[in-house]
Amino acid sequence: MAEPGRAGGDFRWTRKDLLGIAELSAEEIRAILDTAESFREVAERPIKKVPTLRGKTVVNLFFETSTRTRSSFEIAEKRLSADGLNFSASSSSLSKGESLVDTALNLQAMAPDLIVIRHAYPGAPHMLARRLAAGVINAGDGAHEHPTQALLDAFTIRQHKGGIEGLEVAIVGDIEHSRVVRSNIHLLTKLGARVTVAGPRTLMPPALETLGVEVAHSLEEAIEGKDVIMMLRIQLERQGRMAFPSTREYFNLFGLTAERLRRAKEDVIVMHPGPMNRGVEIASEVADGPFSVILEQVANGVAVRMAVLYLLSGVRPDEARARGAA
Amino acid sequence: MPPTLQPKKTILDKKQLRRVIRRIAGEVLERDGGTADLMLVGIRTRGVPFAERLAAEIEAMEGVRVPVGVLDITLYRDDLSTIAPQPVVRASRFPEPLDGRVVVLADDVLYTGRTIRAALDALVDYGRPRAVRLAVVADRSGRELPIQADFVGLSVPTSTDEHVEVRFAETDGADDVRILERREEP
Repeated sequence: MAEPGRAGGDFRWTRKDLLGIAELSAEEIRAILDTAESFREVAERPIKKVPTLRGKTVVNLFFETSTRTRSSFEIAEKRLSADGLNFSASSSSLSKGESLVDTALNLQAMAPDLIVIRHAYPGAPHMLARRLAAGVINAGDGAHEHPTQALLDAFTIRQHKGGIEGLEVAIVGDIEHSRVVRSNIHLLTKLGARVTVAGPRTLMPPALETLGVEVAHSLEEAIEGKDVIMMLRIQLERQGRMAFPSTREYFNLFGLTAERLRRAKEDVIVMHPGPMNRGVEIASEVADGPFSVILEQVANGVAVRMAVLYLLSGVRPDEARARGAA
Repeated sequence: MPPTLQPKKTILDKKQLRRVIRRIAGEVLERDGGTADLMLVGIRTRGVPFAERLAAEIEAMEGVRVPVGVLDITLYRDDLSTIAPQPVVRASRFPEPLDGRVVVLADDVLYTGRTIRAALDALVDYGRPRAVRLAVVADRSGRELPIQADFVGLSVPTSTDEHVEVRFAETDGADDVRILERREEP
């Protein structure tokens, strides 16, 4: 009984880790999104918990602060009955000079099944994945990737638009420092959307076209006729230097206002990965307006993370290793 | 060649299957005195068309459309840590709250009883039915848990090499019940 948009029945999930979107196939991405569809229903029940991951241990290793992503993973773990364990940089030996490898080996000794890691250095999750038997989920590594954010964005788009293929998507803001944008570009182009990016010249990395996206030079040009607009947070803490004269100046040029939004399609949806800087990249009238799906993104994040935890926990480390060796 | 399942015998054809489902519908009505509070819940995959057929027979007899829910038990399986990769999860849905209802779980084949154990655990997470009953098209030997059906289409004595297959047009393109046998390919 095939349902429309579902991955084929004989599809097998075989990855032990979710490190980025770049290495996933379109079929793997669809499998995660389809699985998340089923998990969304758990949040609507009187008892929002299933026994599926009973007895599994998940370590949440956050070397960078995070509220949304960490609590989203925590809720997902609790709803699946997994035991979650939190390490955050400020309250553990992570801040006492222990190397990442030593931290990892110590964790390994506690035999976790899955590790969720956020780290300021690109590739940190990949290193853990190579060294540990546990499955590793990248919850953001530097400016590299943030796969579960891109997956929940795609899930939200699919809910509103029915699919991804053929959609026109604009991503606007701090392209250079954003791991969200990299994961989203990979995902959206793999599923057949056309992506346009825009931002201040000082926040645009070179050679963006090689990722298969179009580059626009103004917000107006980027959002013209679009189905989906993603506004990115201006990451003042990641810049080190100001790439534009003032936040007011930024808003004047790149802030999404209701007036500017009229250039997009009539049924456009506006997204933001959060946390928002109101009055910097997005006006409150848009963030709280009828086209905004920002809070839905947060709700969908839990379902998508449940799907990822579920799929990865079914892969035996020995099996994954055997495949790697083959 | 690995062994494959080959059809051995058809035990119910389309017409007989229909009669069996009609009889079960009658028994369901008799058991709780009509359609008040009744809800049918099909266990994915083949319990779903079975529940729909039961609802259609009940409607033909009583003129009342009984609500039909769908239950996916994947998240409640007891073998998730021993099988890989993870089976595909599908959503469950109920047209009305379960509280106070008489829920008739519908499944195609009752074998080990483990599916029904998982279904009972899943049901109580959605509400508190007044009673839960079990209807199956085929009841075969091989129980691993103390679970029995309230309504049985037919009992099929089988060996462990055999497999009972209930097919519905909606899911399989045909209506019948067959015994399949594990055989080495020549």
